[in-house]
Amino acid sequence: MALKGNLRDFSTTQLLNLVNLARKTGKLSVNSPTIGASLYFKEGRLVHASTNTEDGNLTVMLIKTGKLTKEQAVAISKKSGSTSDNVIGKYLMDAKLVSREDIVQGVKDYMLEIVYDLFTWHDGDFFFDQDSESPSGRITMPLNLDNVILEGSRRIQELDKLQDELPDLSTIALKITDKPLRGVKLTQDDWRVISHIHPRNSIKQIAQNNNMDEFQIRKIVYGMMQAGLVEIIRPEGLEPKKKKPVTRAARKAASQSPAEKRSVVTKLIDRIKRI
Amino acid sequence: MQTVKMVITGPFSAGKTEFIQSVSEIDVVTTERKISSDAERVKNETTVAMDFGRITVDDDLVLYLFGTPGQRRFDFMWEILSEGMLGFIVLVDSVRPETFREAKHILEVFRGYATTTPYVVAANKQDLPDAWTPEDIRIALKIEKEIKVLACVATDKETVKTVLLELLYSILENMQTDE
Ligand SMILES: Nc1nc2c(ncn2[C@@H]2O[C@H](COP(=O)(O)OP(=O)(O)OP(=O)(O)O)[C@@H](O)[C@H]2O)c(=O)[nH]1
Ligand SMILES: [Mg+2]
Repeated sequence: MALKGNLRDFSTTQLLNLVNLARKTGKLSVNSPTIGASLYFKEGRLVHASTNTEDGNLTVMLIKTGKLTKEQAVAISKKSGSTSDNVIGKYLMDAKLVSREDIVQGVKDYMLEIVYDLFTWHDGDFFFDQDSESPSGRITMPLNLDNVILEGSRRIQELDKLQDELPDLSTIALKITDKPLRGVKLTQDDWRVISHIHPRNSIKQIAQNNNMDEFQIRKIVYGMMQAGLVEIIRPEGLEPKKKKPVTRAARKAASQSPAEKRSVVTKLIDRIKRI
Repeated sequence: MQTVKMVITGPFSAGKTEFIQSVSEIDVVTTERKISSDAERVKNETTVAMDFGRITVDDDLVLYLFGTPGQRRFDFMWEILSEGMLGFIVLVDSVRPETFREAKHILEVFRGYATTTPYVVAANKQDLPDAWTPEDIRIALKIEKEIKVLACVATDKETVKTVLLELLYSILENMQTDE
């Protein structure tokens, strides 16, 4: 079974949310007309990222993130005589060119830069390959997607994407899910929104209480929603009116006893089984 | 005689007409029309008012299956069709993620018409290699865990029966919790 589509219809945020919730393992390839990116996941965590414009090996990652110079990288490659990230990493640390923390930080920053950039793509075919493992010899670093989704959503620049997800702010309220907030990096603005969540407060009211404009509140709510921290509900006092049955069949059904209604359904079940 | 009805809804070309055709004892009375606009030319015909299928239980009871038109410009029909329904099925085209948003929209609109009416989601076209799995579609459409998301191939009578039966089981459960 496939997971295939285009970011126009299913955004990076939604994709990562899906990988996160379904605890997926595999490779997500995204190709825009100008660039391609590959993200590797293990049980719902991001473990490696690369683009098709450069070889994402450890030295490239460290040069890109300012932990290593090109000259140092060339020297170490010659000396180690290996292309494996693990071997090269060990040589780098032995030569005291970088620390273990530098490597962790460098790899993390490199991966995040690629994935955050994806949040700003509007267009790009994606394909998820469940059978693909991260490239051999490359370093992996498990990153929790909750924080990636929260931070990535803050970088979304188009209002229309956000409008599709949250059409009318005055008719929806928020509910905090039971997902633990521990370990999730929330900003002050996130907390300000959370502190005003109440079944009677529409999102519009929450924004007004916090002096936030529509774009700001949409971004915050969208990120928290996609990270599974909040859910949309109908504000109290806006419950739709229950309509009275109007058709003849409906009137008849409404006048039936519960036992009669059940018997109708049981008969339907028996009949459909015999089709 | 008592008639009960179920509504089969979902985006354009999700397979609603095919679904009803698979189990209806009459040829589906469909108000199809050749497609004019190029944008929608993924197939030649579309339902413009509704589909209509029938399953007779006995002399006293008949089940009608109504399929909604898929295109937005006929959505004025939706509310009329939803009146008095026993339950509804939202068909999703599992190979076209570009229609998921529309599917979710339709689902919400129908839920708005009938807040307590049971429904199931059917991930249709599961026979095609590019089909998203029902589990992925559940997440993509944000379907709560209480609602069933079922694999379906509208051209295969057995899976269509399963979807109808699962809806009926949900209806029974709903009646029990109501009391
Ligand atoms: N492979 C496959 N094709 C299907 C399936 N269900 C429907 N189709 C095909 O998908 C196309 C659309 O099916 P329809 O039944 O016309 O869809 P619809 O929902 O009634 O469409 P509208 O009335 O235009 O909204 C047709 O070509 C069907 O043959 C399925 O389960 N598998
Ligand atoms: Mg049709």
